[in-house]
Amino acid sequence: MYPESMQESIRKVEASRARRIELALSGKPVVEPMSAEQRQDVLDRFHPDYQDDARREVRWGPNAGQRLTTEVADLLETYARVDPSDYDLLEPDFDTDVLVIGAGSAGFCAALLAQEHGARVTLATKLRLGDANSMMAQGGIQAAVRDDDSPVHHYLDVVGGGHFDNRPELARALVSEAPDAIAWLRRKGVMFDQEDDGSLKAKPGGGTCRPRMLSARDYTGAAICRTLRDEIQNRPEIRVLEHSSAIELIKDARGRVAGAVLYHLLTREHFTIRARATVMATGGFGRLHVKGFETTNHYGATADGLVMAYRAGARLLYMDSVQYHPTGAVFPPQILGFLCTEKLRGMGGQPVNADGELFVYPLEPRDVEAASFIREATELGHGVSTPSGHVGIWLDTPVIEKLNGAGAIEKNLPAMLRQFQRFGVDIRSEPILVYPTLHYQNGGIEIDVECRSTVEGLYAAGEVAGGIHGRNRLMGNSQLDLIVFGRRAGRYAAAFAGTAEPAELSLGHVLEANRRVGELGVDRDRISPLVLPDYVPERVKRRQHDTRYRGTLI
Amino acid sequence: MATEDKLVTIHVMGEAFRVPEGSTIMTALEYAGFQLTTGVGCREGFCGACGTLYREAGDYKIKGGLACQTVVTDGMHLAQIPFVPAAKPVYDIEALSPDEEAIKRIYPEVFRCVACSTCTKICPQDIQVMDYVQCLMRGDIAQAANISFDCLRCGLCGLRCPAEIVQYNAATLARRLYGRYLARPSERLERRVEAIARGDYDAQLDELQGLDADALKKRYYDREIKTK
Ligand SMILES: Cc1cc2nc3c(=O)[nH]c(=O)nc-3n(C[C@H](O)[C@H](O)[C@H](O)COP(=O)(O)OP(=O)(O)OC[C@H]3O[C@@H](n4cnc5c(N)ncnc54)[C@H](O)[C@@H]3O)c2cc1C
Repeated sequence: MYPESMQESIRKVEASRARRIELALSGKPVVEPMSAEQRQDVLDRFHPDYQDDARREVRWGPNAGQRLTTEVADLLETYARVDPSDYDLLEPDFDTDVLVIGAGSAGFCAALLAQEHGARVTLATKLRLGDANSMMAQGGIQAAVRDDDSPVHHYLDVVGGGHFDNRPELARALVSEAPDAIAWLRRKGVMFDQEDDGSLKAKPGGGTCRPRMLSARDYTGAAICRTLRDEIQNRPEIRVLEHSSAIELIKDARGRVAGAVLYHLLTREHFTIRARATVMATGGFGRLHVKGFETTNHYGATADGLVMAYRAGARLLYMDSVQYHPTGAVFPPQILGFLCTEKLRGMGGQPVNADGELFVYPLEPRDVEAASFIREATELGHGVSTPSGHVGIWLDTPVIEKLNGAGAIEKNLPAMLRQFQRFGVDIRSEPILVYPTLHYQNGGIEIDVECRSTVEGLYAAGEVAGGIHGRNRLMGNSQLDLIVFGRRAGRYAAAFAGTAEPAELSLGHVLEANRRVGELGVDRDRISPLVLPDYVPERVKRRQHDTRYRGTLI
Repeated sequence: MATEDKLVTIHVMGEAFRVPEGSTIMTALEYAGFQLTTGVGCREGFCGACGTLYREAGDYKIKGGLACQTVVTDGMHLAQIPFVPAAKPVYDIEALSPDEEAIKRIYPEVFRCVACSTCTKICPQDIQVMDYVQCLMRGDIAQAANISFDCLRCGLCGLRCPAEIVQYNAATLARRLYGRYLARPSERLERRVEAIARGDYDAQLDELQGLDADALKKRYYDREIKTK
């Protein structure tokens, strides 16, 4: 399936394979992991975040004066989509105790726990339940369950991977509740991969000092997310609103967050909902295509929660760091930017250059690994080009079969096998071409251990929240944080809802935000939240005389 | 993205559009000017939102695929199936047992299977759908869970089934029953949960949290790395 132009390089990969397998069998890292100085050097020179134009100062709001990722700063300096004068806030359309915005696994956990703690719960989401990054996670979820591992080892990995910027109490909650989170998921009926003696299969992951990556084949996120969705649907007391995108938070006269305005994507109606507590669980921002990168994220990952929370006065943390996953697909072109799970490397897959040579420890923390790939393909010129003009380096997947036995890929990586087979590549016998792709929002809404944002009444959990992972999340710790902090958010939001009665509702903060943005001279056609990205081509756009805004629907 | 130098014709709900050769159905629809709000989700083959039925030129067969994973061909006729009508029965997983009885109670229509294999033929994941339905009828929850594991719930099987079974819902129940009742217990996991609850790691975590930046860094870079 690979064109002739790429075959010569593949032969070199094949030629070095036996030698590399020998190395892997030795049990030691196939390439020496980097020192702190080496890591810093490759990040400084090659990670997209460290380039001059990657960040700029945001000019208004809770983080005014801080340098944030340019696309994020741009988004925070836009006008609101809603016109506050359109709504009668004295008569909200819905009333609830806890409003959960976003139906990925974080939102599901929050909704379940809030309901279990006696709250009336409404779960509103943009597309359908589970159309979310949560459903897409392939590789795994971390929990220290092996005898030679512990929450202490896990903690060290989390904070080292995060460049020691993690909020220590959040990192500690994450690792300490990990085993319990897994046990809870198993009771809900999630099937994890197990060894013959019943212990959970654990593989190494990028930046882990012990094999700690638990999995459900390479459908780990789906296994978790669909089980939680089924559980949500088994509780009719939880009101579910699908195709209902939150487009602004509502506050009350005391300055608390007290609900949201929802926009129904199919009927284009707006609804107001009053809530005693609101949990933001809207996930990440891959569809901002930071620095023009392709993304692994789902269609609705447009950072809506960030900008709504920001307008409501919530402080953001570490929104200057972006996670590029080292292994996004480069070939064939139909799957450009799609994820090739880290589990491929966890099971022994090796990154090699055009000459078939190893050049980096396969499981460095993600930012370091990604930067090394970029160095190899650009500065060192050891990349492989595709007919469509993209460049990548090889991930040698046939090694996995050799190290784990024939059939290992079909058994443990069926999604990957299928993904490439659909487009004519057999990863059991051929390597795959990869390059970093935009993957994850490391920072987010600042929270404490009770998932409280800096604005009363607003909670956050999941990818939209910041602080747990510092400036670089390790694989498997996101799926974990959804469960740990999703459950916490539900519990604490329900408790808060029990004590809070919203005062008079208001969208005054939106008018104020618009005024501040207006003072900056921002163009009128820039609004947010984006709700969905705009992939309509220019050719069509020119004939759509009803489009008024840039980079978003309608 | 696909190259734009060569175009092919596809028929979307009967209407012809010229789209780039080599694009997936999803990117072709967007090229044609549709702003998708249904029949789209993760765009990467994991969420099952974009199930699509199509016929290719010169072929009478109706095929199923995911719009984000299927490449257009010249003369293709297609319709997206964003949802297959099926209510989800409500049940309490704690009140069931992992056997045929549970299936009978919650999804009695499973037992109407006529073993025609239409479901298996349409499945975009190439799952042996009919085989797991047969397992469900036998009460073999473990096999049903195993065979159906990679299901994305696009719903195409349920749409084509002459016996009107909602296979993907029944499979979800089977997997939950397996995970809840049949999966082997993991003693290590349980011991670890207990140890944490007892506070076994508190002192060490307190110590790490108390280290200054340099000491913590040193501890991190000095830690032993085990890959096996
Ligand atoms: C391809 C892929 C593979 C991954 N693999 C792994 C892995 O192996 N291990 C790991 O730990 N992590 C992995 N991750 C990361 C992890 O899966 C995500 O970070 C995590 O699922 C985010 O969960 P969430 O619930 O916070 O957000 P999501 O799951 O993205 O859910 C957010 C929900 O909010 C909705 N929403 C968004 N905006 C609005 C709005 N304005 N109004 C209403 N609803 C809204 C969305 O539609 C969506 O339903 C992966 C991510 C991707 C994309």
